[in-house]
Amino acid sequence: MINSTVAEISAALKAGDISSVEITQAYLNRIAKLNGELNAYITVCEESALEQAAAADAGRSAGNTSPLLGIPIAHKDIFCTKDILTTCGSRMLHNFVSPYNATVVERFNDAGTVLLGKTNMDEFAMGSSNETSFFGDVKNPWNTECVPGGSSGGSAAAVAADLCAMATGTDTGGSIRQPAAFCGITGFKPSYGRVSRWGMIAFASSLDQAGPITKSAEDAALMLNAMVGLDEKDSTSIDRPAEDFTASLNQPLKGLRIGVPKQHFAQGLSMEVEEAVRNALAEYEKLGATIKEVDLTNSHLSVSAYYVVAPAEASANLSRFDGVRYGYRCEDPVDLEDMYKRTRSEGFGEEVKRRIMIGTYALSAGYYDAYYRKAQKIRRLIKDDFDRAFEEVDVIIGPTSPHTAFKLGSKSDPVSMYLEDIYTIAVNLAGLPAASIPVGVANGLPMGMQIIGAYFDEAKILNVAHQFQQHTDWHKQKPGPIASNEGEA
Amino acid sequence: MEWETVIGLEVHVSLSTKSKLFSGSSTEFGADPNTQASIFDCALPGTLPVFNEEALRMAVRFGVAIGAEIGKQSVFDRKNYFYPDLPKGYQVTQLDFPTVGKGALTVTLSDGSEKVIGVTRAHIEENAGKSLHEEFHGMSGIDLNRAGEPLLEIVSEPEIASAEEAVAYLKKLHTIIRYLDISDAIMAQGSMRCDVNVSIRPVGETELGTRTEIKNINSFRFVEKAIISEVQRQQEILEDGGRIIQETRRYNADKDETTSMRSKEVANDYRYFPEPDLLPVVIDDEYIAAVKAQLPELPDAKRSRFAEEYALSEYDAGVLVSSRELAEYYEIVASQSDDAKLAANWVSQDLLGLLNKNNWELADSPIQAERLAMLITRIKDKTISGKIAKTVFETMLEDESDVDTIIENKGLKQVTDSGEIEKFVDEVISNNPDQVQQYKDGKQQVIGFLVGQCMQLSKGKANPAQVNELLREKMQ
Amino acid sequence: MALDKSEVEKIAHLARLHVSDSEAEEVTTRITDILALIDQMQSVDTESVEPLAHPLDVVQRLRIDEVTEENQRESLQKLAPASEDGLYLVPKVLE
Repeated sequence: MINSTVAEISAALKAGDISSVEITQAYLNRIAKLNGELNAYITVCEESALEQAAAADAGRSAGNTSPLLGIPIAHKDIFCTKDILTTCGSRMLHNFVSPYNATVVERFNDAGTVLLGKTNMDEFAMGSSNETSFFGDVKNPWNTECVPGGSSGGSAAAVAADLCAMATGTDTGGSIRQPAAFCGITGFKPSYGRVSRWGMIAFASSLDQAGPITKSAEDAALMLNAMVGLDEKDSTSIDRPAEDFTASLNQPLKGLRIGVPKQHFAQGLSMEVEEAVRNALAEYEKLGATIKEVDLTNSHLSVSAYYVVAPAEASANLSRFDGVRYGYRCEDPVDLEDMYKRTRSEGFGEEVKRRIMIGTYALSAGYYDAYYRKAQKIRRLIKDDFDRAFEEVDVIIGPTSPHTAFKLGSKSDPVSMYLEDIYTIAVNLAGLPAASIPVGVANGLPMGMQIIGAYFDEAKILNVAHQFQQHTDWHKQKPGPIASNEGEA
Repeated sequence: MEWETVIGLEVHVSLSTKSKLFSGSSTEFGADPNTQASIFDCALPGTLPVFNEEALRMAVRFGVAIGAEIGKQSVFDRKNYFYPDLPKGYQVTQLDFPTVGKGALTVTLSDGSEKVIGVTRAHIEENAGKSLHEEFHGMSGIDLNRAGEPLLEIVSEPEIASAEEAVAYLKKLHTIIRYLDISDAIMAQGSMRCDVNVSIRPVGETELGTRTEIKNINSFRFVEKAIISEVQRQQEILEDGGRIIQETRRYNADKDETTSMRSKEVANDYRYFPEPDLLPVVIDDEYIAAVKAQLPELPDAKRSRFAEEYALSEYDAGVLVSSRELAEYYEIVASQSDDAKLAANWVSQDLLGLLNKNNWELADSPIQAERLAMLITRIKDKTISGKIAKTVFETMLEDESDVDTIIENKGLKQVTDSGEIEKFVDEVISNNPDQVQQYKDGKQQVIGFLVGQCMQLSKGKANPAQVNELLREKMQ
Repeated sequence: MALDKSEVEKIAHLARLHVSDSEAEEVTTRITDILALIDQMQSVDTESVEPLAHPLDVVQRLRIDEVTEENQRESLQKLAPASEDGLYLVPKVLE
């Protein structure tokens, strides 16, 4: 059962074929068996998970019919969880037991989910390979010599390897979609403002957005139903009427207008990924969709603009980590400046420090206009490109990543790592919703396709993704080496 | 060489909201350290700001009160610097789009002239916490209760030409803020703080001289003295052929001098950028009109009205409107006693004298407006004389009984019974035959002496007019 | 835009980071490389473009002015590296 979708587990729980305690124990067994190798979890909450599962089973007997009741979930370690270690993948927070819950965590608690643990991630979500975590690399379940992608690499690996039924992630420049592509699963980044950021440790405030990491588009819809909604505690959270994202999953795609950005099929895209995405587009045509090329003229500037906006915001967001009120403080500081500098130099890893420096530089006197202001203008151009495209098409489809998962340690220079997110970053700059779903396997590694929608068109994206998954089975492909379900209870 | 002084003031006012600018923590003064510091105020990771509507309303209220442009769209920015009392490592403030734009204040100077001083802008920002410098094994203690409290920073144009003008501007600002009820504005408690930018230049020069900034002055008097001493210092340097260094200075009241606050920081680079956790604050004309409609009568308007309605001098009216509470007090006294002029004298002289002498706020005064009005009523209906009234006023400080009871108990009631008065008159006439003879010989002014004798005999209680009349009658 | 070592030191100080002499060269090279990537955006004329700070055209919500927080000093100061008498302790703050 642990390799089933949330929808399937939910049905089984409802039918009484299995209890939440049973399925939770099965996942815990699987974690015990595989986490040593994959390093997907930083913290496993065995005891509290079983208590929550028992409470969910009791709730079900008492008439609770929440669709997520009793479903085991993993939260990215960027979400604050009350009384549970919350590290953000950093030494800076290696001892931080949060006194409060993120709104996302609260919502899943309210929905009755069972928290299995907190997943590994790139430090402060800065990375595309999960190699910047203070808690060690996460391994790709498809090939443990490869990265799982990042920054939500732990969540993606956990879902792909059946170490949980579903997981949360966050996406600032592709951090849900790229690991979903590398791990052969479904990842969804909602429109900016859909999901509350309260309690989600900030990387780049105007770009960060939480979303589901699941085994199917339908599961993503189920998770989104629980996640979205106005939160008074987050000024950037949007007040939208409640929506059931599962309602339109089965709408036929006849007449769907798909835009294909020529810039996403240019130099740098690997042949196998291009072929897989083109095959998927052909499948959509069979389902009645029409394909049209669209021009995202400024998309080649997205990485440049992003590496100003995100580090600039991060440089300020990470100033609170100063060793005064919580978290890491260096040993025996000689004075205040020494405390600041050593705490921050010892508490942050190289990539985080690099981005703080870039952001500090971009905002410093004399450079603001040339960098920060310029980047905000590019951001406008990128958004305008999308707005124009969505006048002509319903969704935009292309590859999520130029290639399959790369080898651990193979990308040592930051610029080549930054270019990993070349297709995903523009979406964050424009604040749009987008999914990545599996569309093939090459050389034993999965490949992902990105589906981008207009603002608040989450339901449309999920419909397009779900219909593809109804007619193909790429999302059901499992990582070979660890496909067996030995952990099952 | 003749010099002229150019001063600009930056005044920080704590807005008296119940909760903080971006969190639901209390702003109550004087709580135990860090008991009013929430997870947001302590900058725990993942916490986010939500803007307090009352802080906005108060800022707009100030803006419309000084006739300022109101920013229809204000934007918060982050000002980045590290300090242990700044938990986020940045202060949220408003750089390019403040809530309050250009406005002006009119101040009255000691020679009676008026001067308009421009207000450049007023923006909303967060306060920092406090670093306590007493020893904790060589460490400093940080209290974040104040962190995140709302401030309004009011920046003047560099149009202030003297220490006197600076103080007049500050006092006017203080009065308006108190009228608007947006802050306690108590300088000694830090709910109003002032940074002074001072430069001097030769008369006739149009370029500004290099300025220095004197930080955190906490009384009107020190503002005045700090400016005078800083101007003196700058003048001496320039006259000796020296240069003024642009720097931050501190006023030392004991030595009456300013001293440099040299910091290790080479140059501050605050790296301002728009605060991404907050959205633009948008207000419309309707909002502004509603705030305007709720404005109280402001000091200038009140002064004109008092002068006209109560037939007072501009100066007297000015004294009475110097605080909203005093003006309200005066109006009660004036209307209940039905003698605006007498009420003005009693309030501006006796009452204010009393408050000054004891260093009391109006609220501390044991003599409430209603009681003072009754005292004046009793002067008017001749129950007591003006002179006896001073005695009653003194008694009222310790005795909370009503005015009539005090007069009764102390036997201060004016004697108007003509039989009684006749007794005093007869006695004085028989005791002072020389003066009576002088009067009869045509030396009319001696009547004053005789009236005085009668008053003394009656212990001040006889009605002087009646005494006067009866004396003249008897000596004919 | 190429950076020199002194600029890197200045930025590091602003960000309260310590860059040791042995790291300085590599940090400078890395940042210079990243700035080269960033500078690609300078190729586009954005003279007439309005900066975009936030993807959605929405405005700030306002919070009612009421006290909703209670004293949490005890639980929060458990997280602190050093505290005493309800205060967070830091190396001496020099004014």
